Amino acid sequence: MKDWFRSYRDQEGMNNVLTITPEKCTGCRTCELLCSFFHEKEFNPCRSRVSVISWEKEGFSVPMMCLQCSDAACMQVCPVGAVKRDPETGAMLVDHSRCIRCKMCTNACPFGNNTYDVQLDRILKCDLCGGDPQCARFCPSGAISYVKDLAASTRKKKMAASKFKELFREVV
Amino acid sequence: MYGWVGQILRVNLTDGTINKEILDRAEAERFIGARGLGTRLFMKEVSPTVDPLSPENKLIFMTGPLTGTAAACGGRYNVICKAPLTGTIAASNSGGAWGPELKFAGYDGVIFEGKAPEPVYLWIQDDEVELRSARDVWGKSVHETTDLLKEVTDEDAKVACIGPAGENLVKFAGILNDYNRAAGRSGVGAVMGAKNLKAVVVRGTSGIKVADPEGFMQVIINARNMMKDHPVTGTGLGLYGTNILINILNQHGGLPVKNFSAAAVFPNAEKISGEYHAEHNLVRNKGCFGCSIGCGRVTSVPGGKFKGFGEGPEYEATWVLGSNLYNDNFEAIAKTNFLCNELGMDPITLGGTIACAMELYEKGYLGRDVAGCDLVWGDAELIVELARKTAFREGFGNLLAEGSYVLAETFGHPELSMTVKKQELPAYDPRALQGIGLNYATSNRGGCHVRGYMTSPEVLGLPEKLDPDTTENKAAWTKIFQDLTAACDSSGTCLFTTFALGLPEIAAEIRCATGIDYTDEQILQAGERIWNLERLFNLQAGFTAQDDTLPPRLLNEPMKGGPHQGQVVRLDVMLKEYYELRGWDQDGVPTPAKLEELGLSPV
Repeated sequence: MKDWFRSYRDQEGMNNVLTITPEKCTGCRTCELLCSFFHEKEFNPCRSRVSVISWEKEGFSVPMMCLQCSDAACMQVCPVGAVKRDPETGAMLVDHSRCIRCKMCTNACPFGNNTYDVQLDRILKCDLCGGDPQCARFCPSGAISYVKDLAASTRKKKMAASKFKELFREVV
Repeated sequence: MYGWVGQILRVNLTDGTINKEILDRAEAERFIGARGLGTRLFMKEVSPTVDPLSPENKLIFMTGPLTGTAAACGGRYNVICKAPLTGTIAASNSGGAWGPELKFAGYDGVIFEGKAPEPVYLWIQDDEVELRSARDVWGKSVHETTDLLKEVTDEDAKVACIGPAGENLVKFAGILNDYNRAAGRSGVGAVMGAKNLKAVVVRGTSGIKVADPEGFMQVIINARNMMKDHPVTGTGLGLYGTNILINILNQHGGLPVKNFSAAAVFPNAEKISGEYHAEHNLVRNKGCFGCSIGCGRVTSVPGGKFKGFGEGPEYEATWVLGSNLYNDNFEAIAKTNFLCNELGMDPITLGGTIACAMELYEKGYLGRDVAGCDLVWGDAELIVELARKTAFREGFGNLLAEGSYVLAETFGHPELSMTVKKQELPAYDPRALQGIGLNYATSNRGGCHVRGYMTSPEVLGLPEKLDPDTTENKAAWTKIFQDLTAACDSSGTCLFTTFALGLPEIAAEIRCATGIDYTDEQILQAGERIWNLERLFNLQAGFTAQDDTLPPRLLNEPMKGGPHQGQVVRLDVMLKEYYELRGWDQDGVPTPAKLEELGLSPV
């Protein structure tokens, strides 16, 4: 796996955040394929840490994955202290040797982004692939990106501003 | 197994038995999957002379070894049966997420045999498989059926089903999956309807493994980068969808107008183009499973008499319901396409049949008394109405539901049916690109552009530009395109990848996924094997070299205007050379030597 997994140390991964832009999502689920393959060595959307929720008839899709909350419910609720933040990537990581599979974190997450796999008897949770999230890397439409947190909000700001611009153009 | 998941589901609809069978690995190696493997399994079990709508015909849903993997655009499956429209072998290809879901449930394919005593659907939930009554959804549209079946099974389930057109045995009914993706051509939906099978609903939760994970990743990274950097797959198809071709073909002078009777230049092409679509009606792009192109168009007609919401129209639908009917109302085209998706039928054959009816009417061979209306070119409202009538076989629609060949023959003018082997031609006038004419004539499922897309070199200049007016070398190019397409279709990946990818990339994907040490040449040869296998089926079904032809208009009536004015298709020259290159005798029958080379048994 060494070649296709670019180590996070090779790039400026620090302080990056995963951001989603649902209006760009085509619902192709490439992210689910690459996520499951990276973590479980098989193509299996059920074992992906990212899930694309689609309204198929409307043609609208939203990729859902852990947002690595600053004030993380999964960490707070864990009775054995198995959820910890990786100081390098900022990802909330599950220490599987400590985890007792009580599944409290799956209940506590307000987004449903932690899941429990019965067959593997393991919590599945986004770990930012160690600093190079494969979902963002392979997303063909740019709906998932991994950028500096400042850049992410600036981009949203610019998008909102451009809507203002369109409105003003219509009025003038 | 790697790539393949190793299991086939066999469902006998007559007695309701369901069996799981081990995938024959040797056959899978030789015929890859999907179109190739499905055809092989079909031919082992079904007589080529079977009546397509009888219980003895079988219906096979088959995926390929790359379906459901991260291979470039690996979201495809095929439906194989004997086609009611043509009497040839049918292999209809569809995308969406249904094929991958079937593999996640643990099956490479499903074989349906017999006929259910009353309407049923199949519910596959991983290992648990059951036939259930479809009484509540029989008669319902594709969208209603999909909604209802997801409600009673699993909201994440994927549904492939027929609409009213399939139930009413419309000869060109399709099978629709994930609401708007279609195994569209040749009438596979009518075969499903004849079996009283309304839907196949799948939910799968297991994974697909590949033999060489590291190698596979390197191969798909390379392939996906090539796709991204290519002007067609990286930019054009995403930006304007397949409709990008309207203006291109119009400028080329190959956009058929009025049932191929006029010069292949449509004055109002701009109004039905991909550019117009993007500007006026496009909501957003949609991709099939694992797709990096996203050529699907979510489309809205927000108001007016053609109000509607859905997907498409694709280039083929836009052309056949647009310039081919002299109709420049894009909203009417979109509405008719939405209806085709919801009622479950092929817009190409529908539009080709309406075009034929309009020409019969124009020439006075078909009157208002029979049609019940004035079949005037470009009547947008009429086109929408005829689509509905056809799906329900209402009035004149009952005749349209048989396709243009039966229609034209009924009124004594079969020459006005623009078909090959009774299947309607797609959107390229072969007088403006000779090679596609040869491909039409020799396609194993009749009139079809996705068996050997000669438009690519002849118009788009990919992988290199060929002179569209010459017949020189066209036989060799057509053969290679047909063989490579057969391999690509059988792998479970989308044909659109071949704009950017070549044999080495596709072969590498298959190699790393399956772990079988195929050479590139062996993959191309598998394509040739599949092509010859399909040919054998058609020969055994009664087709001869006489059927490898085009409508007389394209051979005898010179193009009336545009850049290719005066051209006819010089088919005989190309066909002779093609038979020789294929290793077929002058009657178009594969020689024993060729069959031995390919490891196929003789006719």
